[in-house]
Amino acid sequence: MSYVRDVGALARKDLLLELRARDTLPAMLLFVVATFVVFHFALPASASDLAASGLLWVAIVFTALLGLGRAFVPEREQRMLDGLVLAPCDRSAIWLGKGIATLAFLGAAEVVALPVFALFFHGLSAATIAAVVLADLGICAVGTFLGAMAVATRARDLLLPLLFLPLAIPIVIGGVGASVVDAPGRYLGFLALYDALFVLVCWATFEYVVTE
Amino acid sequence: MSTAEKYVTAAYCAIFALVLVYVVIIALKVQRLERDVDALEERVAERDEEQEREAAAVVG
Amino acid sequence: MSRERAEFADVGRTHRIPLSTLAAASAVLVTLALVLVFFVAPNDADQGFSQRIFYFHVSIAITAYACFGLGAWKALMHLWKRDPRADLESYVAIHQGVIFGILVLVTGSIWAKISWGHWWLWSEDQLVLFLVLFLFYAAYFMLRFSVDPGPQRENFSAVYALFGVVLIPVSFMAIRLAKQAIHPVVFTRHGPNFGGWILVAYVVSQIAVLVLAYTLYRVELAGKLVDVRLRRLREATA
Repeated sequence: MSYVRDVGALARKDLLLELRARDTLPAMLLFVVATFVVFHFALPASASDLAASGLLWVAIVFTALLGLGRAFVPEREQRMLDGLVLAPCDRSAIWLGKGIATLAFLGAAEVVALPVFALFFHGLSAATIAAVVLADLGICAVGTFLGAMAVATRARDLLLPLLFLPLAIPIVIGGVGASVVDAPGRYLGFLALYDALFVLVCWATFEYVVTE
Repeated sequence: MSTAEKYVTAAYCAIFALVLVYVVIIALKVQRLERDVDALEERVAERDEEQEREAAAVVG
Repeated sequence: MSRERAEFADVGRTHRIPLSTLAAASAVLVTLALVLVFFVAPNDADQGFSQRIFYFHVSIAITAYACFGLGAWKALMHLWKRDPRADLESYVAIHQGVIFGILVLVTGSIWAKISWGHWWLWSEDQLVLFLVLFLFYAAYFMLRFSVDPGPQRENFSAVYALFGVVLIPVSFMAIRLAKQAIHPVVFTRHGPNFGGWILVAYVVSQIAVLVLAYTLYRVELAGKLVDVRLRRLREATA
């Protein structure tokens, strides 16, 4: 059970850092609302509600990218990652702790963003909300993992979107499908499958990202 | 076959022929390079052994 | 020096089939495939002559998957068994996979133009899947060349290659789901009725493209290994 404790400690560290700095979450909130406004002007007058639903998922993915880009910055700036790796915990705990913290930020941003979306465009179905929850799990699992790699490269901020977007395409498909279709069960099931597969792969291989 | 189809066939065959010629040439070149590198490594190993023997002879 | 020699100088002996044999086999098989596809197999009832591109389009697609699979396998060997050559082999396999993947997109696009009049069709699962995979594996190269050579770069590449092999079936499922709800199928295509010479032509062209790809893989790998050995020789004789 010390694994669970390690994960909790790591997640709490990131949440506390954000609570004190208060920079990532406000930025994500402003970004997502600004994006909605841009969408309103980007959609032609005859665009259907369905188009707006699709754009919701674009907004979620790019807002998540914004938060993910910042996720490992403290570790890089203060070289904390070496210290974390030396700590006597299973390395995958680093990924899980960071992922949970990022999930909290993304969730917090969506708690505001989703009602705003419903206000600007049209209402949100329960299926959409369920899809957002499932998608967030996949986004944070994969995004945190890739963020850890990207931060160790020369290209850093440039690289994370390139790595993340191809892997986000199935999430967007699942999310849009669930939002748009009458029988969303298949799409929600697909999102759950995506989450299960990629959480497993991330958890199993994160050790190799931080060690040699 | 119509004329257009003959051109398509000819294009496919020409492209594949070029690819195959390239592959054969490169494969032979790489094989020759490998043999050269093998020979070089042999000579370096022999030279290292000789140096070790000379060093041992000096010490002994 | 001697330990490194043991790691790399074995390349000629570890691979059982010599390069010249592979190159000759490729030449023979591809020629045979061309003959079968263009001169022996009958015309497709629905689409006529343009359907013949599928013999190569499908063969190339399956070969690309095989290359990505080999890349992922070698990546696993690198992470799990610490095989010293596996990283290079994984990289070369993925490189070949991307080359063949681009060919899938090109041949698919040509077919789409001839058959439906558009250079791109979102309704073609294979094309869309390869577009996603191309984006993914192109990012592989950006990742790899953004890190200095060393154990970290090898680990990152290996892990990413494993992600890719999970992404392939997931994306395939996603694209099919997308077609049902988001992009209703506008153009449908009848698959060829497999039988007789059509089957023979397909099997031969599939084997031919696989052997060709493996030859290219071995050639590129051998070239890179020679580079490594030359560099070490240069250091040893400096």
